[in-house]
Amino acid sequence: MTRRQLVLSVNGGDHEVWVLPSDTLLDVLHDELGLADVRYGCGEGVCGTCTVLLDGEPVNGCLTLAVQAAGRQVTTLRGLMGPGETLHPLQECFLRRGASQCGFCTPGMILAAVDLVRRRGRPSREEIKYALVGNLCRCTGYTKILDAIEEYVGLAAVDAPDQVTS
Amino acid sequence: MRCVGPPQPAGGQQLTEQSAGRYRVVGRSPAHHDFVDKVKGSLLYAADWRLPGMLHGKVVRSQLPSARITGIDVSAARALPGVVAVLTAADVPNNRIVEMASGGLAELEVAMPVLASGRVRYMGEPVALVAAVTQQIAHEAAELVAVDYEELAGVFDVESAQAESSPRVHEVGNTLVRWQIRCGDVESALAAADVVVEGEYRTQHAEHAYLEPEAGVGWVENGVLTLRVSTQVIEHAAMIAHILQVPQSKVRVIAAYMGGGFGGKEDMTVEPYLALLVWHTRRPVRMIWDRQESLVGSTKRHPFIMRYRTGATRDGTLTAQRVEILGDAGAYPNLSPRVLFAAAACASGPYRVPNASITSSAVFTNNVPSSAFRGFGAMQIVLGYESQMDQLAARLGMSRTELRERNFLAKGDLLPTGEPLDTCVEVAHTMHRAVALLGEPPKPSAPGKAVGRGIGCNRHPYGRAIWFRDQAAAWLSLAADGTLLIRCGVTDLGAGQAASLCQIAAEVLGAPLDDISIYIGDSALNPPAGGTFATRQLYMSGNAVLTAARELRERMTPVAADLLGVRPDELEFANGRVWPAGEAGGVSVTLAELAAACVQRAVSTAHLSTWLAEVGSFDPRTGQGHTFPDYTYGTHAADVEVDVETGQVTVLRYAACHDVGRAINPMRVEGQIQGGAMQGLGYALTEDVAVQDGYVQAALFADYLIPNSLDYPDVLVGIVESGEGKGPFGARGIGEPPIGNVAATIASAIQDAIGVRPAQLPMTPERILGLLDTRRVDPA
Repeated sequence: MTRRQLVLSVNGGDHEVWVLPSDTLLDVLHDELGLADVRYGCGEGVCGTCTVLLDGEPVNGCLTLAVQAAGRQVTTLRGLMGPGETLHPLQECFLRRGASQCGFCTPGMILAAVDLVRRRGRPSREEIKYALVGNLCRCTGYTKILDAIEEYVGLAAVDAPDQVTS
Repeated sequence: MRCVGPPQPAGGQQLTEQSAGRYRVVGRSPAHHDFVDKVKGSLLYAADWRLPGMLHGKVVRSQLPSARITGIDVSAARALPGVVAVLTAADVPNNRIVEMASGGLAELEVAMPVLASGRVRYMGEPVALVAAVTQQIAHEAAELVAVDYEELAGVFDVESAQAESSPRVHEVGNTLVRWQIRCGDVESALAAADVVVEGEYRTQHAEHAYLEPEAGVGWVENGVLTLRVSTQVIEHAAMIAHILQVPQSKVRVIAAYMGGGFGGKEDMTVEPYLALLVWHTRRPVRMIWDRQESLVGSTKRHPFIMRYRTGATRDGTLTAQRVEILGDAGAYPNLSPRVLFAAAACASGPYRVPNASITSSAVFTNNVPSSAFRGFGAMQIVLGYESQMDQLAARLGMSRTELRERNFLAKGDLLPTGEPLDTCVEVAHTMHRAVALLGEPPKPSAPGKAVGRGIGCNRHPYGRAIWFRDQAAAWLSLAADGTLLIRCGVTDLGAGQAASLCQIAAEVLGAPLDDISIYIGDSALNPPAGGTFATRQLYMSGNAVLTAARELRERMTPVAADLLGVRPDELEFANGRVWPAGEAGGVSVTLAELAAACVQRAVSTAHLSTWLAEVGSFDPRTGQGHTFPDYTYGTHAADVEVDVETGQVTVLRYAACHDVGRAINPMRVEGQIQGGAMQGLGYALTEDVAVQDGYVQAALFADYLIPNSLDYPDVLVGIVESGEGKGPFGARGIGEPPIGNVAATIASAIQDAIGVRPAQLPMTPERILGLLDTRRVDPA
């Protein structure tokens, strides 16, 4: 197999990479671009630790080929942070609520939740649970993750009341 | 010197009632720096390091559970461009790992090869190693290693493995260890009992399913083989030196913060393979196990068969208990001798049993090896002793809580080993609290549904078995600017092991948490603390840091008193300052000023302290002696609804309450309890690594059903703080205990709902329907 050149737009910056057609987006982001916030957990699309946003939509990096991301915007967790690594409000909620233990699932959880709140405005706790079904956590029992996201939903509603859709 | 205001809280909002007013930092829930890195996604786990010229390693594993290796041809693999090394058993300087997990007290001596030599004993056993310039080439080369096998008869269940005529997994015999604990005269007491209940309970192979698969990198630096891996135990450096036949000083293990471990990273995982590849190639190597490889090749939780016979008087007082436990060790010893010991030591639960006979055996099979997994034998056994209590309550027509209260252990009581309990037992308190947390019992949601409530109490050890003479060391140093460094060999599973040490040091020395840095998990640069397992680190490293901090403070106190012109016995250390007790608004010195004054007076501000655990001995012949330093007690309660048409069990509410002695960080304590309970729910209802004739059936992560966000309700938590644990500030360990109660609690609730007791895990819809069928046939 021959490598081809690709321009990947990740967290607002363009990166030229040489990839095999079989390389997954996870492989390229983690191993070529050194993005440690995109992680191999199962390679089957079951656990969600490799979640990234592709043009704003959450996808499993392990089930997406790198070539499929050409010409599209890739956002990883660190892409949510402001200048000087200012925490996103949901990251603050995760800290306050103790929503990380080992932390391995955290980037995927946060990206999935940010996408949900962007789409749904004010999701209920049940809706949050439903949206996180593809992001497994083996440490926390989910309660503190749900608490953190609910707190963020409240903050987000205050910040942007016009986004409330239901 | 300048004036300061009243002390400020160290951060975090939660403060348990019992800790309020007594402590400044302990009992609060500040976020620690590793959690900041975790929410940023910037924490570097074991798979996240790259080194110049790094190769990629891959293990070639046996496809058969029991076979003779008649030949290995590595020529095709070696010929593949990009392959740098292919290693087999002949390349291992010392190919024998002898674990002797009970410290040689009772088990057979059986060696495990690093790479199989001549014989494979389980499917997934490592046979060869490959290193190549890319991961893909390493995978391709592994496929090209041609191993010829002659299949041999195997043995796959513990009951047939005990028969003399069974194939032997190891020449010395299939029973690796057989523990016994005896007190009183159990046969006479059973014969004299007013009522006797019997039961047999079975549990399954379970997978840790940490989200971070086994991984690490290795390299050689200054002649020292260095591994940075996801491990609970940096002390494996000694075993790696033994395998390579190099001095122990020439191997260094660094433990990255782990993406979960739960006991599955207590044995070595990638370490010996990485070490061999690095040693042979003299290049950096990375190895990451695929999830699918991890499912097949990693150790599992022991399946148990537990047979109980329990006698009691008519008023519900336990008089006797006979227990037989069989654990499937799989093909190699690993930690099975210790797991089965914990099972035996805890087999009577939190109850007084004056006459007991307990035996537990670890038996070899050609199944995947079993070893440590959160709960470590003391969790499987809860299903046994709590099922017996519920059966007894039903037989006597007593309430389940009343029967338990009549028999709960109390401080001063003797365990079946003859040792007295020397801390309080607040299990009744946890039981009432857990039941109260559930509220009013629910009503069935529809016809054809049955609701039930269950409870499950437990006694779980924290700290290593007492004859290991456990120790942990910590090294504290106050820098010239008054900030604090902690160095401790502890590894961090994600439960806040490092963070709680910072809180303990901050409490004693008054350094603000933001001014403390902690260096952990390095066998070369940290004083040894022992691994993070056996719920031992708060007890061990926590006490080591507490002792070191107190001793350092004691050494610096005369200097501070001199600076302040007061008597040395009345100083307070807090908020980066020292001042005369009770005069928070008055004169003070900063820790920086104190550090400078210490240097001027040649008083060292660095201090190393080694903390020694309680010691004792156990006699395996009499089954009497000392077992564990102390226990954590707790109760879970649940409401479930059973669909009698489908057998589906829905957990409606779940509450978990434990006496943690003292909550150092209440939010982290809650997290441990919620997470432990959730793992327990998966274990109770869905998780099962089906192993058929030695073949692991779960080929994909999707086949192994760990709880997702939708499966179960929030776990309601009750924290009891008796203040009487043996950890720092009276804390008890809480890492493992909360997984123990769950299966028994759910079984209790199902029994309450449908009138039949499940006796086999997981409690799948098919099994519940089977139980309902027995009820239809025999309404009694």
